[in-house]
Amino acid sequence: MTERITLAHGSGGQAMQRLIKERFLAQFDNAELARMEDQAQLALAPMMAAGDRLAFATDSFVVDPIEFPGGDIGKLAVCGTVNDLAVGGALPHSLSVGLILEEGLEMAVLDRLITSLAATARAAGVQVVTGDTKVVHRGSCDKIFINTSGIGVIPSHRQLGAHRVQPGDLILVNGTLGDHGAAILQARGELALSGTLESDCQPLNGLVEAMLAAGPVHAMRDATRGGVAAVCNEIAEVAGLRLTLKESALPIHPQVRGISEILGLDPLLMANEGKLVAFVAAEHAEAVLAAMRAHPSGREAAIIGAVEPAASHQVLVEGLYGTCRQLLMPVGEQLPRIC
Amino acid sequence: MSSCNGIAIRVRGQVQGVGFRPFIWQLARESHLRGDVFNDSEGVLIRLCQPVDGDAFIRTMRERLPPLARVDAVESSPCQFDEAPTDFAISRSVAGVVNTRIAPDTATCPACLADIVRDGDRRQHYPFTNCTHCGPRFSIIRQVPYDRPFTSMADFPLCPACQQEYDNPADRRFHAQPNACPECGPSLTLYDNAGHPLAQREQALTEAVDALRAGQIVAIKALGGYHLAVDASNDQAVSTLRQRKHRPSKPFALMVADLAMAHTLVQLNDAEAAALTSPAAPIVLLRPRTDAPLAASVAPGMAQLGVMLASNPLQHLLMKRMGRALVMTSGNASGRPPCIDDGHALAELGPIADRLLAHNRAIVNRVDDSIVMVEGGQRQLLRRARGFVPSPLPLPGGFEQADGVLAYGADLKNTFCVLRQGQALLSAHLGDLSDPQLFASYQHNLTRFPALFDFQLRQRACDSHPGYLSSQLARQHSQDGLPCHDIDHHHAHLAACLADNGQPLDTAPVLGLVLDGLGWGGSDTEHQLWGGEILLADYRQCRYLEGLPPVALPGGDLAARAPWRNLVAHLDEACHDWEEWSLPELERLQQKPLGLLRQGIASGLNCPEASSAGRLFDAAAALLTPVFEQQHFEGEAAMVLEGLAWQAVKGELTPLPEPDEIDLSALWYGLLQGLASERPRPELALQFHQQLAAALAGRVLYQARHHQVDRVVLSGGVMQNRLLQRLLVQSLNGHGLIVLRHHHVPANDGGLALGQALIAWARQTDRKEQA
Ligand SMILES: [Fe+3]
Ligand SMILES: [Mg+2]
Ligand SMILES: [Zn+2]
Ligand SMILES: [Zn+2]
Repeated sequence: MTERITLAHGSGGQAMQRLIKERFLAQFDNAELARMEDQAQLALAPMMAAGDRLAFATDSFVVDPIEFPGGDIGKLAVCGTVNDLAVGGALPHSLSVGLILEEGLEMAVLDRLITSLAATARAAGVQVVTGDTKVVHRGSCDKIFINTSGIGVIPSHRQLGAHRVQPGDLILVNGTLGDHGAAILQARGELALSGTLESDCQPLNGLVEAMLAAGPVHAMRDATRGGVAAVCNEIAEVAGLRLTLKESALPIHPQVRGISEILGLDPLLMANEGKLVAFVAAEHAEAVLAAMRAHPSGREAAIIGAVEPAASHQVLVEGLYGTCRQLLMPVGEQLPRIC
Repeated sequence: MSSCNGIAIRVRGQVQGVGFRPFIWQLARESHLRGDVFNDSEGVLIRLCQPVDGDAFIRTMRERLPPLARVDAVESSPCQFDEAPTDFAISRSVAGVVNTRIAPDTATCPACLADIVRDGDRRQHYPFTNCTHCGPRFSIIRQVPYDRPFTSMADFPLCPACQQEYDNPADRRFHAQPNACPECGPSLTLYDNAGHPLAQREQALTEAVDALRAGQIVAIKALGGYHLAVDASNDQAVSTLRQRKHRPSKPFALMVADLAMAHTLVQLNDAEAAALTSPAAPIVLLRPRTDAPLAASVAPGMAQLGVMLASNPLQHLLMKRMGRALVMTSGNASGRPPCIDDGHALAELGPIADRLLAHNRAIVNRVDDSIVMVEGGQRQLLRRARGFVPSPLPLPGGFEQADGVLAYGADLKNTFCVLRQGQALLSAHLGDLSDPQLFASYQHNLTRFPALFDFQLRQRACDSHPGYLSSQLARQHSQDGLPCHDIDHHHAHLAACLADNGQPLDTAPVLGLVLDGLGWGGSDTEHQLWGGEILLADYRQCRYLEGLPPVALPGGDLAARAPWRNLVAHLDEACHDWEEWSLPELERLQQKPLGLLRQGIASGLNCPEASSAGRLFDAAAALLTPVFEQQHFEGEAAMVLEGLAWQAVKGELTPLPEPDEIDLSALWYGLLQGLASERPRPELALQFHQQLAAALAGRVLYQARHHQVDRVVLSGGVMQNRLLQRLLVQSLNGHGLIVLRHHHVPANDGGLALGQALIAWARQTDRKEQA
């Protein structure tokens, strides 16, 4: 019979102890977690040697389906928080993982997710140092929800933030847009596409280090929900500037382009899970771009636009034949406007 | 000297800067009356010494008003002169708060027209001739009061001869702010498309005409913007303009010298001739003559031709020398707002035009050409701009106190609206807000317009669509703490039409049949996007009764651009076996990525459902007309379908008997069967109009009986379809319903802001009364 999560696994009793010891600790294999105390204890001295500020981020992950081409919710949970830390210039250090499991979840599926989560953490060079597990009644959650929080250290000379974006900066992305959103649609069976479309889910801290080594970056954001459109609107608003993107410069996977042309979905609004948008002074942009392209997570990096002074902040997209449209902060789902 | 008794006559309305005081001066002198007349903050005050028959004076005044004067109200009361006047005088205006009523730009009057052709007249061939009865007004004003220093005429000090006219109350140019002559006024320059001057003054005009006669494209600076002109009889020239403007098929408007020239192009009835020659001089949509000397590329596939008369002296001089019709289309690159700035014009129009005929008077306010059609003997404005803006719209009973409301309009065909002192000020047609330049000028005008009209903002109104740019801006502006009302799209259409027909604030509910492309419907139905509804409403409330069935919009806004997408959605919904019909018309549809599209529809992925009449027309056009792949301009598919249907109308148009239900399945199978039996397509296009009109009318009649209502409003952009409108009116009138149609306010989204403003006002007065 298929082994499944039961309410007993969240009871705090023996079943739970076994679940944690046999299935989680083995995977993570680190001394801090193995202490099984109520808290992780982290030495300050090495952190203080690495930088002068602690970065702290949290993110919760709910996705349907929980496994999809290119990733799963476990991998996503690590990448999300690691990337939030990394785009601020932090060196990700350690993570907490909170699991909410639905009664009836297949144990084999959970094993796969935890394996994936642990492998991603190893790849990103972060340790999972503390965690928590709850089991809820069938129907109270959808298979599994994960929360991760993470800390990292920001080296003292690094200063990144939206307020540092200047007129004249160029706008860079590290690869094709909308892959995660499209992969999820495909995995849900809403679109049966020929060929394989994979989520771009990946940790970006390695890429960020390569970029910062190549030249100064004014600001970075990871373009998850709301896509590049949301990021650009946030930056434009904080900096009080106009961002102009060039439609022809946007890197878009042919399959994603196909879907967007047929269904009218805008890749600029679609979700990514391994894409960052960077703002770099023009004189450093080529060097940073070259560093991105030399890194496995940035082979299709591109300069997609520029920052200009403006009376009021806005994001524009220049199309062919000099047409130009406003790109707004996404409002819920895309809705037709044409009367 | 002794004092004397008299009467004071207060006149409100458009009475300043339109020759009103000299008119009163002449009237008083004719009757040997003593007293004075002057401007003040409320309009004009006339004081007359006793003995005087005040009523007779007011009657004569109203009968003989100068052409541009509009009188809203006249009140008379006794008054006392400290010193008995010895004659009638025009007194100095009283300083203080200014009257902010500005007249619209007006077509050259017959007297000025005579001046510019009279041998030896000092204004012979002068293209900037005007007087108090005609000429530029709104397009040149920077700020109120309307005085020369506050207009773009400030750069042109009057010469002694013009000054004399300006100062003489007996002169037609007394206080004509844009008064000018060749000595002191603006002048023409002809440029090549790189901006190098080629010729000045009359030589510029001569060479521009030569260029047009040779088939070249000339950009011409008009009152409220630039036009692009080309010889309308030269097919190659017109096609070149289409190529350079990236405008493959949208019909071009034509300019003619006079009615006689119009008669060579189109069929005209009296009401249409009157619309053409009205002071606003709009583009009028008319039926082309088959023998019209016009290039085929002027308006391909259209049943109607947009024609306007020359309306400023430059155009008159140009058209007279040209001797034949010109294409006169707005001067903009495709998808961009029309230029008013000379530098912009050169940059944007240089690549399109061979020559630019410009002058050195700045355009301050952009005003596009207005568009009118005459249906059922009455004018219907389709685009309200030059010649109409900024004249206020009178409001019906109950709205006397309406004030302080700013409505933001819709995202397409945008206009905005201010309610002030019981009147509505509707802005000129702006256009599609998704263009960033246009959006910027929208933001600019939103702040500028209220300032021009001395307006105290107290509340805002906008469309309830969460994604409209206009609504997002309204909500952003409302962070200042003023209330912002979300108004449902189709209620606003309906309310605008109510007001256009003088229905009072407390009117009993009426039925509304609102047909358009798409609007936010709200929570009355499961589908939130409407476009074909029967509503029961007054100014405050709006209730959904029934409507067209919801059908997917495959690809969201893409469906509005690609007619075939709607054909897939409609056939999938209405004719499940359509793929088994072997019709050449369906083959092109089979080539489309139907699989992916159907998955999108099934999972609701950017394929929301809408009860859109506009998209239903697009679908039918995709089956019956060449407009299948792409619409090159808004409404193209529906206009081509209507054009096709008119070809089948022989003699009197007759409505079909009204069925009991709206059965789109029967409608679509009817078309497929017609195609299978090779019936002519014009007949099928007509059948589509007739069946749809009958089905909609049938439901309206049912609801009218059920709710015991006898008035029905027809609104929404689809009502611009003359054939559909006429069929609906025939059906509904035939059953005794009173039909309310649009006249002064567009049925399309250009009229939406008025409806939004009125609903916002009505709702808040309602709340106050209940409190
Ligand atoms: Fe509408
Ligand atoms: Mg995040
Ligand atoms: Zn005149
Ligand atoms: Zn002069």
